[in-house]
Amino acid sequence: MATILFLAEQRDGELRKTAGELATVANNLAAKSGGQALGLVVGSNVGKCAEELGKFGITKVHIADDAKLKYYSTTAYAHSVNKLIEQVNPDVVLFSASATGRDLAPAVAGLANSSVFTDSTKVDIEGESIAIQRPVFAGKILMNIRSTTTSYISLRPNSYPIEENPASVAVEKFDPGFEDNSFIVQVTEFESSAATRPELTEADIIVSGGRGIGGPEKYDIIEQLADTLSAAVGASRAAVDAGWRPHSDQVGQTGKTVAPTLYIACGISGAIQHLAGMSSSKVIVAINKDPEAPIFKAATYGIVGDLFDVVPALEAELTKIL
Amino acid sequence: MNIIVLVKQVPDTEAKIRIADDGNQIDEASISFIVNPYDEYAIEAALQLKEAHGGEITLVSLGPGGAIAALRTGLAMGADKAVLLKAENSRFMNSQAVAGQIGKVLADRQFDLVLCGKKAVDTDAQQIGTLLAMNLEISVISSIVELNIAGNQITAKREVEGGTETVSCQLPAVLTCEKGLNEPRYPNLRGIMMAKKKPIEEIVVDVVDSVTDFKFENPPQKAEGRIVGEGVDAVPELARLLREEAKVI
Ligand SMILES: Cc1cc2nc3c(=O)[nH]c(=O)nc-3n(C[C@H](O)[C@H](O)[C@H](O)COP(=O)(O)OP(=O)(O)OC[C@H]3O[C@@H](n4cnc5c(N)ncnc54)[C@H](O)[C@@H]3O)c2cc1C
Ligand SMILES: Nc1ncnc2c1ncn2[C@@H]1O[C@H](COP(=O)(O)O)[C@@H](O)[C@H]1O
Repeated sequence: MATILFLAEQRDGELRKTAGELATVANNLAAKSGGQALGLVVGSNVGKCAEELGKFGITKVHIADDAKLKYYSTTAYAHSVNKLIEQVNPDVVLFSASATGRDLAPAVAGLANSSVFTDSTKVDIEGESIAIQRPVFAGKILMNIRSTTTSYISLRPNSYPIEENPASVAVEKFDPGFEDNSFIVQVTEFESSAATRPELTEADIIVSGGRGIGGPEKYDIIEQLADTLSAAVGASRAAVDAGWRPHSDQVGQTGKTVAPTLYIACGISGAIQHLAGMSSSKVIVAINKDPEAPIFKAATYGIVGDLFDVVPALEAELTKIL
Repeated sequence: MNIIVLVKQVPDTEAKIRIADDGNQIDEASISFIVNPYDEYAIEAALQLKEAHGGEITLVSLGPGGAIAALRTGLAMGADKAVLLKAENSRFMNSQAVAGQIGKVLADRQFDLVLCGKKAVDTDAQQIGTLLAMNLEISVISSIVELNIAGNQITAKREVEGGTETVSCQLPAVLTCEKGLNEPRYPNLRGIMMAKKKPIEEIVVDVVDSVTDFKFENPPQKAEGRIVGEGVDAVPELARLLREEAKVI
């Protein structure tokens, strides 16, 4: 009879895609243990987000709804989540391993003198314990954990398929009970990237370019292929360090960890630190002129050839069939 | 400004990691170790702050005796002194226990700022900085890519889904450093020589009861990929496979 609490992330009143993933996982864990899945939304004017969680079969959602919570604040959000935890006493608290979730989860766990199982890829309930799997050493090893106390877990985005199962939601507002130190850390400005493409960590498809691209202006063929596929654009560290792409595009051990359904690596050799960030992609395509490049070992499908021929041809072919 | 920098010694990112027989250690005998890459950004940030504001930089590491090499590297980059919290087999010690041990040591010291990495590339846990801040009841900003300190006021930038946040708080605080914050300097010969004379204090730490119940496992072997063909001629077949076999487009 476990109580599974999950934090559904929203920005500007829109639920993030990961909210559906967490709702699905929470529902499945609750069903398995005969317990209850509880949603939590923190922000300003988030009643609509709470109701939308019904789409994923969630029947009860708590909200901390306050104008002061419009902008994310680590401390104010952590105090809000903690307040609800004290009230509903969950066995599992789920976060997304998004940028915000990775910031917030340890702050919440820290208030309870606990810690987080970060970026987990599996969560299950087995008898009285929670079984968690998370990659360590950048995915070279998997860690299987058994936890018997309240477990704070962040889930790697895109590791769970979303299941829809409409239900009607009871929304309950609670008072976050702010204290003097609740706002000691404040977001004072948010500069939207005004991105026309999906977020790298949330994208279903990523087209990535490496040193083989040869220069910042030549990324247009990568961007065109990405746009044809409604994909995000990624980069290797070599491309980022050369100044061709922003740091936020970097995939790998010192960049983002991604798990899309399709990852297309163009002009990337497949160094171990790059593979660390994308090897859990479901399907990997490599386009490289060197048949010996290690990326071909990691790839599901490979084409040996000059990317300046192959990438535009692939873009044209996909435009034809999509 | 008195700055503490947390430094963890981790296996080289190229290293092949082998699970040791008991299933909850790795075989550390044949691997080489480095300063956790994100901690280099923290050390560099501390050096730049010291250059601008003066003060002292103390490195703190919890780890086995060998971790002293990572501290020497940081001292060679320009930090002033170091503390080693000596604990064998502590690589996967529970994060709260690590933060607790570090917090205990810091509680007795004067500091304005703690800098650490965004994550250690062995545990990939991404939380020690925040846990430490919660324990010490001070502010924390994680994964910063830009930093400004004027008087007591910290302003930092961090990248999140959909944009960049400007975050502010007051000293004392913990800041965790992300790639992009700076370009870490390399230790030069003079730095390396000087580091040999800088003090490293050792404190023995108990790891009993601070390990989570876990077992390591090797990830499943992926089937080796297949080369669809060469050049543009292979493109139609690739598109067909993506559509009909893999069903991803
Ligand atoms: C501590 C540490 C952390 C690191 N973290 C990361 C990380 O997070 N992410 C990351 O990516 N790397 C990381 N690296 C760097 C990594 O080791 C590699 O140096 C880097 O991934 C190489 O990038 P690349 O594949 O783009 O370049 P290269 O290795 O130079 O490969 C370029 C490839 O492009 C191919 N090519 C060239 N021209 C063409 C063409 N016209 N058509 C087709 N193919 C072409 C070449 O055959 C080659 O295989 C890290 C390294 C260290 C030490
Ligand atoms: N054993 C340790 N000793 C010193 N610093 C550490 C230790 N473990 C983690 N840290 C610091 O905390 C950061 C985050 O680590 P982690 O939460 O384990 O991913 C690292 O980049 C280090 O700066």
